[in-house]
Amino acid sequence: MQQRDGGWNPYLAGGLAGLVSVLSAWYSGMFFGASTTFVRAAGLIERLFMPERVAQLEYFVKTTPKIDWQWMFLVGILLGALLSAVTSRSFRWQALPDMWQERFGANSRALRAVAAFCGGVVLIFGARLADGCPSGHGLSGTMQLAVSGYISLVCFFAGGLLMARLIYRGR
Amino acid sequence: MKLLLSGLVTGLLFGFLLQKGRVLRYDKQLAALRLQDMTIVKFMLSTVVVGMVGLFLLYDQELVKLSIKPTILGANIVGGLIFGIGWGLVGYCPGTSLGALGEGRWDALWAIAGMVAGAGLFAEVYPLLTRTLLTWGDYGKITLPQVLGVNHWLLVVIFGLGALALFRWFEKKGL
Repeated sequence: MQQRDGGWNPYLAGGLAGLVSVLSAWYSGMFFGASTTFVRAAGLIERLFMPERVAQLEYFVKTTPKIDWQWMFLVGILLGALLSAVTSRSFRWQALPDMWQERFGANSRALRAVAAFCGGVVLIFGARLADGCPSGHGLSGTMQLAVSGYISLVCFFAGGLLMARLIYRGR
Repeated sequence: MKLLLSGLVTGLLFGFLLQKGRVLRYDKQLAALRLQDMTIVKFMLSTVVVGMVGLFLLYDQELVKLSIKPTILGANIVGGLIFGIGWGLVGYCPGTSLGALGEGRWDALWAIAGMVAGAGLFAEVYPLLTRTLLTWGDYGKITLPQVLGVNHWLLVVIFGLGALALFRWFEKKGL
């Protein structure tokens, strides 16, 4: 069962994650998702500087800036990954992913920062437009046999394949 | 309060499993998008297959309520493609960015900051989108069993068999 990199078999880890998602839907009526939390976080931050503007914007009225189930779910993901990484000694404080460094060199921290930030802006915009991300559509949507889940998941991968091909062209 | 705690515990378990499955890393996500290593696809499909069986067992006993997102072709397709383009640049998705930070990959901080900024930007242009993309091809909250007019278990079985065939192929090809 142990993999070469010390991790668990992905089928096993993924299957257990499926079990967790079923228990969550049963126990608290909540399905996995992530991207809405970034809207609530943006609203919470903006409210510190311009509360009137946040109160006016339709999207923040619809998605109230507050800490909810999904917010804590994401905090839990961070802590769970930290716990797993530390207890298995696979925690690594790393500025540049290995594959990125191979492509762009060790002096590409600024480029990585710009790419990750801009990519983050683009991907969350897409996720909010599509009304979900690989968690909300890709896992929760598809397991409920929602049409939107399948269409979105195919498009996530289509866009990703295209961008990966552009970045790593000829490699 | 109880709901917040259940969110935290659910996230803890999910984050733990994501890290164990080694799917949080940029290298794994990009390797899938470069069709070199299908670890994240194996993880996701396993989650979906198990989740499907469990959910519909509970659903048949009326123990769980489904939460279906609307199908709006303009929004799902254009939004999905935009997401994918950003994802290819970042190498983390919204959920895994937090987990990646948890295992020390701190370039995820840039991505998280970008996502918060992007969410603020989306709130600004939302009124314009509600008049355009968000209305194109709006079919409401439809599911595959509804559209195809078949029992959900037929689709669960087909999905499961399809996933198994794909897994076998991945293993044969060493992906």
